[in-house]
Amino acid sequence: MLVSPYLVHFFLFVAFPVAFSIVLTFHKWNIISPMEYTGLNNYIRLFNDKTFFKSIGNTLIFLVIHIPLQIIVALFLAEILNQKIKLRGAFRGAFFLPVIVSGVVVTILWQQLYGYDTGLLNRLLTGIGIAKVGWLTDPNIAMSSIALMATWKNVGLYIILFLVGLQTVPTQYYEAADLEGATHMQKFFKITLPMINPTIFMVVILSTIGGFSLFIEPYIMTGGGPLNSTVSAVLYIYKQGFFYYHMGYAATLGLFFAFIILAVVVIQKKFIEKDH
Amino acid sequence: MKKFKSTLFYVSLTVSALIFVYPFYWMIIGSIAPENEIGNLTLMPKSLTLSSYSQMLDKIPIGGAFINSLIVASSITIGVLIFGSMIGYALSKLVFKGRDLIFYIIIFTMTLPFQITLIPQYIIMVKFGWIDTYLALIVPYLINALSIIMFRQYFKSIPDSLIDAARIDGCNELQIIFRILWPNSMPAIITIGIITFMASWNEVLWPLIVIRDESLMTMPQLVTLFAVGGRAESQLGVKLASAVMLALPIVVAYLFFQKYFIQSMASTGIKE
Repeated sequence: MLVSPYLVHFFLFVAFPVAFSIVLTFHKWNIISPMEYTGLNNYIRLFNDKTFFKSIGNTLIFLVIHIPLQIIVALFLAEILNQKIKLRGAFRGAFFLPVIVSGVVVTILWQQLYGYDTGLLNRLLTGIGIAKVGWLTDPNIAMSSIALMATWKNVGLYIILFLVGLQTVPTQYYEAADLEGATHMQKFFKITLPMINPTIFMVVILSTIGGFSLFIEPYIMTGGGPLNSTVSAVLYIYKQGFFYYHMGYAATLGLFFAFIILAVVVIQKKFIEKDH
Repeated sequence: MKKFKSTLFYVSLTVSALIFVYPFYWMIIGSIAPENEIGNLTLMPKSLTLSSYSQMLDKIPIGGAFINSLIVASSITIGVLIFGSMIGYALSKLVFKGRDLIFYIIIFTMTLPFQITLIPQYIIMVKFGWIDTYLALIVPYLINALSIIMFRQYFKSIPDSLIDAARIDGCNELQIIFRILWPNSMPAIITIGIITFMASWNEVLWPLIVIRDESLMTMPQLVTLFAVGGRAESQLGVKLASAVMLALPIVVAYLFFQKYFIQSMASTGIKE
């Protein structure tokens, strides 16, 4: 039967892992020695693990900065690109370039741009007489720096999504508004914004799911420092699992974190449905 | 006044575009500048050198990693297209027991965060003895829910009469999929092919977990470990050179197929 490959794949790589991860949460295991039943120990440990909750907090900080920034920048640039302009394809291509490149490339590049002494950004700031910023060395700023970089990387994709959304707005609405003498600002807030609401919500959900998997950026850029200020939840799970080989504990963290992700997405969806 | 306004408009647009392009330009000139010039480099280094590249090539097997990435991403893409179209066809055009159940299971797996299955999947790889083999990189990704849903959507728009005619001519189900549906589904195949290839080419967390042998590493993994580990000896130019090498294949592909890339990536969001 045609769907049998799917069923095999599903049981092997989805159903079994989910069931097994629940079993793992009640065990201590480093893969090499036999599994050891430890009851609720992993859960007790989780609720006392300050670094884990900090990593969740860091991930949320990332989302809170990244998502609004991304929507504002993407909407602004999409609105501009939606006008009759020359070289639209070239501009769109430029904004899209960081999207296709690996996050590894972007992170290595921005690590240099963010450098304290010789980084391009600080050289620019000192050039115009502003004090240097500890982009990656100041624990209060480092996560924002990563969120800014992620916005730069992903915004091109959301520009395209918004452009598609903007093209669905009927032009008669704008023509009618022009007759009434509406300003550009009024047209944007009274017509455009309400009409592309569905796109905005889609962007929120997509970038929430993406943001919760934040890993390679802090892994390369800061290793989670300074003072654990950039440890993302996935980075912390990765360290517990593949650095310390605490398989049972890492599975517990993964399960718990997955529930947080689902809860956040469900709450967002509720808001969306309420609005419609 | 109007002319002034439109000039201002283009100036600000160009500045915005530069913010996205200039860092890549800086990355390239940084990789061909002498190490001591990178710290104050802005537009063009005083002298050019390929020493960063030759040092990097001495230290890491980047060519081998390119081949590994190519093998892994191509195998995954081919698998996703074949299995995705088979399952998408069954779900859209055939009637069988449990069809709706399977469809709901697929939708459910799309909402399942990978953070749950990461650790157990690694353990499965260990138990299968697949650590440090291509199998670990390829097999778990051969089927994915999004591609099935996208094929199902697309096949729904193909008229049943086409399939019935093929069946009367004696085609079996596989012939129907690959001889009749595929030639009529090029937009879907291109879209799914590009997003799958891109995603597997850029994947880095999973390779970091299942591959320890340097000769089997994919490009992003190798470059990551090079940048994080001590082997770049905190030399900026060498790191930038490795980043350029990693970016190059995808950027070249992008320059040729820009339109398809943008359409494909955008449709992943729209199809929801």
